[in-house]
Amino acid sequence: MTSIRIKPRPTCGWGRYPVVTSVVQRARWLDDLRLSLDRQVTLAQGRLRSYGDAGLAPSVVSTLELDRFLHFEPGTGVLEVEAGITLDQILRFVVPRGWFLPVTPGTKHPTIGGCVAADVHGKNHHVDGSLVSHVETLTIVTAEGDTIRCDRSEYADLFWSCFGGMGLTGFVYSVRMQLLAIASDRIEVVTRRTRDLEETCDILQSTQTQHRYSVAWLDILHRRRRGRGLVMLGDHTQGTSMNAHGPRTIRFPALGPRLFARPVLQAGNAAYYRRQLRRMRHSKVHYDPYFYPLDGLRDWNRAYGRPGFLQYQFVVPFAGGLDCMRAFLDRICHTTTCTLAVLKTFGDGQTGPLGFPQPGWTLALDFCQTPKSIRALQDATSLITDAGGRLYLAKDAIMRAEHFADMYPRAQEFLAIKRRYDPGNRLRSALSDRLGIT
Amino acid sequence: MRPAPASRALILGARSVIAQSLAHQFAAKGVALVLAARQSEQLTPVAADLRLRYGVDVDLLEFDALDLDSHASLADRVRQEAGPWELVICVVGCLPDQQLARQDGNIAEQVLATNFTAVAVCLGHLANDLEARREGGMICLTSVAGDRGRQSNYIYGAAKGGLNLFLQGLRNRLAPAGVHVLTVKPGFVDTPMTQGLEGLFLVASPEKVARDVLVAWRKGRDVLYTPWFWRWILAIIRLIPESIFKRLSL
Repeated sequence: MTSIRIKPRPTCGWGRYPVVTSVVQRARWLDDLRLSLDRQVTLAQGRLRSYGDAGLAPSVVSTLELDRFLHFEPGTGVLEVEAGITLDQILRFVVPRGWFLPVTPGTKHPTIGGCVAADVHGKNHHVDGSLVSHVETLTIVTAEGDTIRCDRSEYADLFWSCFGGMGLTGFVYSVRMQLLAIASDRIEVVTRRTRDLEETCDILQSTQTQHRYSVAWLDILHRRRRGRGLVMLGDHTQGTSMNAHGPRTIRFPALGPRLFARPVLQAGNAAYYRRQLRRMRHSKVHYDPYFYPLDGLRDWNRAYGRPGFLQYQFVVPFAGGLDCMRAFLDRICHTTTCTLAVLKTFGDGQTGPLGFPQPGWTLALDFCQTPKSIRALQDATSLITDAGGRLYLAKDAIMRAEHFADMYPRAQEFLAIKRRYDPGNRLRSALSDRLGIT
Repeated sequence: MRPAPASRALILGARSVIAQSLAHQFAAKGVALVLAARQSEQLTPVAADLRLRYGVDVDLLEFDALDLDSHASLADRVRQEAGPWELVICVVGCLPDQQLARQDGNIAEQVLATNFTAVAVCLGHLANDLEARREGGMICLTSVAGDRGRQSNYIYGAAKGGLNLFLQGLRNRLAPAGVHVLTVKPGFVDTPMTQGLEGLFLVASPEKVARDVLVAWRKGRDVLYTPWFWRWILAIIRLIPESIFKRLSL
């Protein structure tokens, strides 16, 4: 453990907003997590790939040096790792051995500890649920300094609350999970071009049982046919190669002016939409470009300039969901410019008390961070709560506290568990302070 | 002359960040490892990680550099508990606050004992073993701070400078036996040892240092400055006449 002479530095999530001045201590051993509690640390921090303020606090302990493989069974695909290891490192290890992550978000850079805290979901949620469905055991260091191994039967309340609990129930030290067996590193992709939002939703819903992975990119800047797009359906497939991804990336050069103006984005969207002229296209690609298309450009968040950007991801139930999304887009697209929109379906996977997924449509939208866009999104949030939906805390930077209580009906249950393991309420983050999760 | 590849390496001071980066580099080349440190049980996850990633044998060994009496039997202990070994990688060292060391004689003594006395005694015993077998080699980390005494860091620097001389002599002595000695002088490295220190510049990652060490070892180099530019920075610093140097605040 490092000594106390560390200077505070500005830290921010992937959205570069908000910025919190923070003292970052580094943990190298399990013991360091416990010791850090005596030094006013209130949160464990990984690679800061959550978009908003979930990973931020004035005093944090970084888990990045806890990056070791602890246990692996080549026959059954059971893997145990320390919390600070990234999905990137896990893939490099497991893919050549014939295994794959059971659930992966759209980037391979977060740590597995962060993935647990956010209970990440992937393009396969409708089939496989979120990460919690594939984790067998967690080792948690609680705010009281106890090291607890928890699973579905032992300390089950702690186990479930850690998934989606945004790090507020304890520091994750290790994660034991069941990997997915694959026959090659290839993904068979079917890309279908759609005319409007309704057709996009139809195709996503009607293909659910046929493909393990599905996601749709939307062009929501098109005036007449908002929500047209490309539905990308994928499955692991046979092939001759079993190679992990390479290190080849380009880095976004520097923080400069914001690069997005509405006409540029409209033209870009139209070009991307026309990338495919046929209604349906079949291809076979490596998993890297399929799952992690944006990882090829490192630090792409710099394109939004110093103010950064907001990602706003919500889920609404299938019943009335389409109307809700239409109303939301109508309202938002007048006042602010959306740079990216991605839609997929959630199935009924298991969740913890603060878990995000519920059956329905989930739409993720990127916006330039401006006071105007923040206000517009905050105001439009009531549309989501009225429809029985909720926002994803791992992406959120702007939600108001009153909305949180409406969206997460099991919040009281979560708080009861948090008080059991953290009676002094020591574990806090900028997000928990903002939303009153204390 | 290039040293013969080793089958097993003994890493002294294995809890350090640089030691672990070195462990990765050598394990990736198929070298089995013995990780020796105080509280060696803390290294259990490191050993598991190295075994899984590289499929090499990794053993843990309880080792206290300041327990000088234990060093005579170290070579045999490694042989008994792990197996035959050829390479020693010594990363033992500590860097307390110089201001404290100036005030407190006990701290100064600890700096000198850990960075010089302990390492010299331990490597002396291991050298006898290697010389008798006429095989293997040694890699020892010192520091660029040992190249010239500066007011900000001369106690640590004196210990590391002394170690440089010790290793020079050892290299000279062991050369006829075909035992190679590599002195590694890192500049600032991003580790807990340097975190939060004032006036750091050109800070290198532990991985970069470890890569450089592996390359230098395989090429049979005698002295490695890492990263490379420190050789030239120190060359200039050494050239400054003492009458001027004593007035500088370095």
